[in-house]
Amino acid sequence: MTDRPDDPRESVPWTEWDTPRERWLMTEQDAYSWPRSLLLEVIARVLFPTVLVFSVYLLLAGHNNAGGGFSGGLVAALAFVLRYVAGGSAELAMMVRVRPPVVIGSGLAIAVLTALAPVVFGDPVLASGIWKLQLPVLGELKITSNLLLDLGVYLLIIGVVVDLLRTIGAGTEVGGPGVDDEQLEEERG
Amino acid sequence: MLVAILAHFALAAVLPLVARRYGRAAFVVGALAPAATLVYALARGGEAVSGAPPLETLAWAPVIGLEFTARFDELALLLILLVSGIGAVVLCYYSRYAKPDDHRTAARDSALLVTFAGAMLGLVLADDVISLYLFWELTTVCSFLLVGGDGVAKRLRTSATQALLVTTLGGLAMLLGLILLGTAAGTMRISEILADPPSGGIVTAALLLVLLGALTKSAQVPFHPWLPSAMVAPTPVSAYLHAAAMVKAGVYLVARFSPAFADHPAWWIPIVVCGLWTMLLGGFRALRQYDLKTLLAYGTISQLGFLMVMLGAGTWMSALAAGTLILAHGLFKSALFLTVGIIDKRAGTRDIRELSGLGRQWRGLTTLATFALMSMAGLPPLLGFIGKEVALEALFEGGTVDRLIGVGVAVGSVLTVVYSLRFLRGAFGTKPDMAPSAPVPCGRVMTGMVAVPSLAGLVLALAPSVIEPVETGYADRYGKDPGYHLALWHGITPALMISVGIIAAGVAVHRYAGVQRLGGYVPGPLRAQSWYGRSVEGLESLARGVTGRLQVGSLPVYLGVILTTLVVVPGAGLFSGDIDFGELRLFDNWLQVPLALLVLVAAATSLLARRRLTAVLLAGVVGYGIGAWFVVDGGADLALAQFLVETLTLVVFVFVIRRFPPRFIENKAYVGGRWVKAVIAGVAGTFVAVLAVLYSGYRGGIPEASRQYIERAEDETGATNVVNAIIVDFRAFDTIGEITVLAVAATGVASLILARSRRRNGTVGRPEPTEQDATDDTGTTETPEVRS
Repeated sequence: MTDRPDDPRESVPWTEWDTPRERWLMTEQDAYSWPRSLLLEVIARVLFPTVLVFSVYLLLAGHNNAGGGFSGGLVAALAFVLRYVAGGSAELAMMVRVRPPVVIGSGLAIAVLTALAPVVFGDPVLASGIWKLQLPVLGELKITSNLLLDLGVYLLIIGVVVDLLRTIGAGTEVGGPGVDDEQLEEERG
Repeated sequence: MLVAILAHFALAAVLPLVARRYGRAAFVVGALAPAATLVYALARGGEAVSGAPPLETLAWAPVIGLEFTARFDELALLLILLVSGIGAVVLCYYSRYAKPDDHRTAARDSALLVTFAGAMLGLVLADDVISLYLFWELTTVCSFLLVGGDGVAKRLRTSATQALLVTTLGGLAMLLGLILLGTAAGTMRISEILADPPSGGIVTAALLLVLLGALTKSAQVPFHPWLPSAMVAPTPVSAYLHAAAMVKAGVYLVARFSPAFADHPAWWIPIVVCGLWTMLLGGFRALRQYDLKTLLAYGTISQLGFLMVMLGAGTWMSALAAGTLILAHGLFKSALFLTVGIIDKRAGTRDIRELSGLGRQWRGLTTLATFALMSMAGLPPLLGFIGKEVALEALFEGGTVDRLIGVGVAVGSVLTVVYSLRFLRGAFGTKPDMAPSAPVPCGRVMTGMVAVPSLAGLVLALAPSVIEPVETGYADRYGKDPGYHLALWHGITPALMISVGIIAAGVAVHRYAGVQRLGGYVPGPLRAQSWYGRSVEGLESLARGVTGRLQVGSLPVYLGVILTTLVVVPGAGLFSGDIDFGELRLFDNWLQVPLALLVLVAAATSLLARRRLTAVLLAGVVGYGIGAWFVVDGGADLALAQFLVETLTLVVFVFVIRRFPPRFIENKAYVGGRWVKAVIAGVAGTFVAVLAVLYSGYRGGIPEASRQYIERAEDETGATNVVNAIIVDFRAFDTIGEITVLAVAATGVASLILARSRRRNGTVGRPEPTEQDATDDTGTTETPEVRS
C-alpha cells in the first residue's frame, strides 16, 4: 500500500501497468511485535481468493446442494480469519477497506428489503418468486428471490466475524489498544 | 374531524423549519391549526348537539379490529372550545412572550404545543379506548418535553420527570382498566361501552384503574405535587397545559365515563373523596404562596377537585354545573396565567412581596384580570358565578350525602375567594411600605390575548343561552331535564344566599390576616412531595439491590444459574409423566463407534488438562467429532455449519486465552467451590444426555411439519435442498429475526470492547481517527474507532 500512487487515477506508463499496486507481503519495518511465520503468511495469501470464490459457490449452490448464505458467509469469514491469524490486525486492515458495521448493516438491509419487497406487488411479506431464464450457452438458469435473502445473511455473517476479529483481536493483542503489555506479561508468568 | 387532528400533526412537523427562518413568528403560524379547528367545530356545532353525533372512522389494523373512530358529541365540542380556542390564544400570546432571537426554543415549543393541541383534540374525539390511550400518553410526552425545555437546568429535569412518572403511572393503570372494561363489555368503542355498561367484580377493578389515570392526570390528592413543580415551564406552556388543557384530560375522562358509572360506588366515592380533599387542600396551600404562578397552580388543583366532585355527584344538575365550570375554569385560569406571564416578563418578578402599584400603571390589564378573578371567586356577572350557582343548587337540593358534599364545596369556595383576593392584592395592589414598581408598558398584543378568555367569561355569562345547548346536551345523559336554565338571576334562592355567605366569609378571612399566616401549613410527614421522593428513592434502591444480586459479574455464577435452571425446570416435568426410552440401539452405522469413542476420550481428557490451550483444543475435538457424526448420518448442511462454527469458535477461544495465564490456576483454598461447580456441571451434562435419549425415543417417524416441508420445497420455493428452503423461505421470518439478533450482538460486543480499551487508554474525547489513519497499515487501525 505504501507503494501505491497517491492518486489511483494517475496514468501509469503501459510498461508498468502490471507492477503490483501494493507490496505483497509486509516488510520487517511494518508494525509487528511477534515472530512472523513467512510460510503461514504466504499460504494464507495464496488461499485467500480461492476460499472466497468457494464461499460464493456455497452461497449460490445452497439452493440445491449443501451450502447457503450461512455456510458461505462463514467460509468467507474464515478466509479473513486465516489472514488475521497469519498477519494480525495490520494484515486485516490491509484487506478490509470497508468498515465491518457497514457490511453488517448492508446485509441486514438487503435481507429486510427482500422480505418487504413482495408487499409492493401485493403479495404477503416474504413471499418468494421464481424466475427461469433460458440462456444461450449455459442452458436453463433458475433464479429465486430467496437468493437475495441468502445474500443478506452471507454479508451479515462476514461483517459480524470481521467486526469481532477487529475488536476482540485488537483488544487482546500485544501492543493493541487498551492492552497493558506489562500486565499481560505478568499475568502470563 | 380526523382531518383536523392530522392537520395539527402535519403543521407541527413543518413548524421547526418556519421557526428556524422566522423565529417566534412560528407560533402565529402554529395558531392557525387550533383556530381553524375552532371555527370548523363551531360551524358543525349544531350536529354535535343534535343527539346523533357525527362519526368518522379510519381503519388502522382491521385484521385485529383496530380502528380510530372520532365521535363529535357535546362533550367533545365543549372540550374543543377550550383546547382549540385557548390553544390559539396561547400560541399567539407566546409569539410575543418568546425571546425574539431564540429560534431553537421557538422551534421546539411551537411544534410541541401544536402537537399537544392535536393530541388533546384526538383525545376528546376518540371513541375507542386504544386511541384514547395513545392520545392520552402523547399529551404526557408533550408535557414532559415542554416542562423539561432544553433540559439544562436540574430543576427543569426533575420537574419534568416527576410529571412524567406520576402521569405515566396513572396512564398505564388506565390502559389496563380500559382494556378490562372493553373486554367485559365486548367492545372497544367507548360509546358502546357507555350505552350498555358491563357490571361485575372485574368492572370494579377496571373502574378503579381508570380512575387512577384520571386522578394522576388531573393532579388530585395524593398525586398533586407534580403540578406546582411543573410551573418551571414557560408561562404560556403552564397556561395551556396546566390550566386549560392537559389537566382537563383527567376531568374529561371522568366526564366521559360518569354518565354510565355514576351510581357505581367504586366510581363516585373515590372521585368525591379525592375531589373534596383536593379542593380543600389546594385552596389551603394557595393561601401561603408568594409566587403568583404557584398560587395559581394550587388554585388549579383546588378547582380541578371541585370539577371532580361535581362530576362524581352524578345528577343532571351537577353535570350541568361541571360542564359550565369546565368552560369557566379554562377561560379564567388561562387569562390569569397569561396575566402572570405579562407581570413576570415586564415587571421582572412574580413574587407578590416585590410587586407594588402595578394596578395603577396597567389599568386595562388589571380590569381584565379582575374579571377573571371574579369569575374564579364566583362573583356575578361572570360565568364562574353561574357555574357555582348551579353547583350549590345541585348539592343543597339533594340528599344528606349531597348536602355534606355541599358543605365541603362551600368551604373550598371560601378558600377560593380568599386566594383570589390574595392574587388581586398581591399582583396589582399598592403596598404602603413599598415603592411602586418602575413603570413599563404591559404590551398590547399580550394584553389583547388576556382579553379574549377574560371577556369571553363575561359575554357568555350575559348570554348563557349560547352555550346552554351544549351543557344541557351533556347533562341529559344523567337523567331528565328538570327545566333549569343557565342564568345570572334566578330570584332569591338558597344557593344565592350561600353564595353571598361564601363571599362574605372569604372577604372576612382575607381581612383577618392572622388566619392567612396560619394557612397553607402542612406538617412534614403529610406532604405528598416527600412521599413522591421516598417512592422514587425506594424504587431506585430496589433496582440497585436486585441488579447487584443478579448481576454479580462472575461467569461461573451465571453459568451455574443457567445450568441449574435448565435442570430444574424441564427436570420437574420429567417426574410428572411416564418415561419411555423407546427402543434403544447401540449404533446404526459402525463408523459411529470410533467417532463416539473419540468424542468421549476428548471430553474426558479435557477435564485432566492443565493448560488452557490444551483444554480448548480438546473441546474443539469434541465439536469436530460431532460434526463428523453428522456426516455419517447424512446431514451434510448440518455438518458443514458445525465444522465452520467449531473452527471459528476455536479461533476466538485462542484469541481470548492469549490474555489468560497459560495454565489453570489451582487455588487450594477454593476446593469447596470447585465441588459445587463439579456437581452442577455433572448433573447438567447427565441431564442433557438423558433428555437427548428420551427425545429420540419419542420420535415416531418424520413429523407432519417436516413431511410438508419436504413435499413442498421443490414446488413452492424451487429448492431441492430442504434445509435451505426452510431457512430462506418457510421460516425466513425466523432467519431475519436471528440475523438481526446477530447484528445487534456483534455491535454490542464490539462497543463493549472498544469502550473498555478507550477507557484504559484514557483517550476519551480524543478526536476520531480519520479514514486516512484507519486504513494506514502502520498499525494505527488498532486505534479504537468511535462507534455510534
